[in-house]
Amino acid sequence: MIDFGFSLSKSSSIKLDEVDLSLYRRLEEVEPGVRICMGCGSCSATCNASKWSGMSVRKVILDLQRGRDMKEMLSCCMLCGKCSMVCPRGINTRHLILSLCRLYESGK
Amino acid sequence: MDNRKILVIGGGVAGLEASKQLLRLGLHPVIVERSERLGGHVAGWYKLFPDMRPASDVVNQLVEGVKGATVYLNTRVAYMNRLKDGFSVMLGNGTGLHCRAVLITTGFRLFEAARKEEYGYGVYDRVITNSDLEAWFGGEADGRIPDNPRTVAFVHCVGSRDLKAGNQQCSKVCCMTAVKQAIEMKEKFPDAEIWCFYMDLRLFGKKYEDFYINAQQQYGVHFVRGRVSEVSEDIAGRVVLKAEDTLTGHPVKLSADLLVLMSGMLCNRDTESLAAMVRAEVDSDGFLRSRDNICNVNESNRPGVFFAGACTGAKTVPETLAEARAAALAVYNYMSGND
Ligand SMILES: Cc1cc2nc3c(=O)[nH]c(=O)nc-3n(C[C@H](O)[C@H](O)[C@H](O)COP(=O)(O)OP(=O)(O)OC[C@H]3O[C@@H](n4cnc5c(N)ncnc54)[C@H](O)[C@@H]3O)c2cc1C
Ligand code: SF4
Ligand code: SF4
Ligand code: SF4
Repeated sequence: MIDFGFSLSKSSSIKLDEVDLSLYRRLEEVEPGVRICMGCGSCSATCNASKWSGMSVRKVILDLQRGRDMKEMLSCCMLCGKCSMVCPRGINTRHLILSLCRLYESGK
Repeated sequence: MDNRKILVIGGGVAGLEASKQLLRLGLHPVIVERSERLGGHVAGWYKLFPDMRPASDVVNQLVEGVKGATVYLNTRVAYMNRLKDGFSVMLGNGTGLHCRAVLITTGFRLFEAARKEEYGYGVYDRVITNSDLEAWFGGEADGRIPDNPRTVAFVHCVGSRDLKAGNQQCSKVCCMTAVKQAIEMKEKFPDAEIWCFYMDLRLFGKKYEDFYINAQQQYGVHFVRGRVSEVSEDIAGRVVLKAEDTLTGHPVKLSADLLVLMSGMLCNRDTESLAAMVRAEVDSDGFLRSRDNICNVNESNRPGVFFAGACTGAKTVPETLAEARAAALAVYNYMSGND
């Protein structure tokens, strides 16, 4: 590569029809509830880890649906289960996080 | 009450249901419908939410109910004049009538999707409207709909909630229609990915939220919160949508084999001239103005002039029918001096 003395920042645009959803699809199989998240943010609002670490189940789910790697964020979760108590769609979010961790583990 | 004639302008579901009730109340409705068929827009739909009942069923049932009414198809009202005891009416076909009251049930018109040029309706091959899709579900051929689409996208709020397009109102039924049509498309094309681009999901009615949950859970429909800003066509003839996924904050692009625009509900073009004939008023949203939006939605500001259905604003079929019944009663009370 020729060094022109400047760089281009990577496009942040997501091509929805090209994203790799394989991980999300595997999660759907073990946690079908993930599909009915409506992005309300109750889970992240109540999460004790959220304000220190940025942990958000809402973001984990949405970003997985956009093909992003969410492994790092998962490490911020203390698995306390508060989020599961408040989800109005009744998603077992804590279990969902565990399942996702397992999927990341097994995919290593 | 010798003369029991009530002029009903518009033979959509509002006009039909009101006429049926007027007949039962011993009055004589005269339905004037400008098109060649009864049923209005609903006659062009395939299955109705929330029970997915065939629209033709509902229309047939309503048409059955107006046996005994006088019906003029392909006819418009040429003029109406207020008399002491009613209205003298001249129809476009030359018929003159003397009616005691006027019930306006002229409904709505669909926003002309081509006016949102950035969505390419009428320009690109793969762009249709909600209404086109209903017609296709109902068996009409449509060359714009490919045999086996892999990706189908729905754009909400086309010509609604759009100050620039001259309509800031929410059309109310199109979120639900989009979710319904998304499910119907997934049933027809199980391998397709379906995407809905919305600003807010307004699913206010009985069982509407169930449709949303089902669309997500059972049909895997994707929902993206963001208004599609522009559409282009690629060399393969697919449409390419650009939007912001406002929940992730990222711009997104999607190539789709079919794009469905959820055109909104606007007032009819001749609402103003019709209202002027009986000196009824038009509201700031272009629809007919009710005497009061809480207690007297069915009444105009003029005695003897009544409204029902989507001519006063966007409405669902059950809402329209309930209003039609209420309007018939209001007419009856007016005729009996029970006001
Ligand atoms: C795409 C789409 C899908 C929908 N699906 C559903 C659904 O599944 N379930 C549901 O509950 N609702 C649905 N709706 C809403 C439904 O279409 C309306 O509630 C209904 O059409 C209102 O009936 P109406 O009789 O008031 O008006 P219209 O259906 O508009 O009927 C008005 C009639 O008056 C006639 N007319 C107009 N002007 C004149 C004039 N000057 N002189 C003589 N005649 C005139 C017209 O030709 C027409 O026949 C849908 C709407 C849209 C846009
Ligand atoms: S389980 Fe994790 S994500 Fe849920 S509230 Fe507790 S720390 Fe937050
Ligand atoms: S609380 Fe439930 S529905 Fe709301 S964002 Fe979190 S997971 Fe989704
Ligand atoms: S019902 Fe939904 S799609 Fe229709 S105008 Fe309102 S918000 Fe937009």
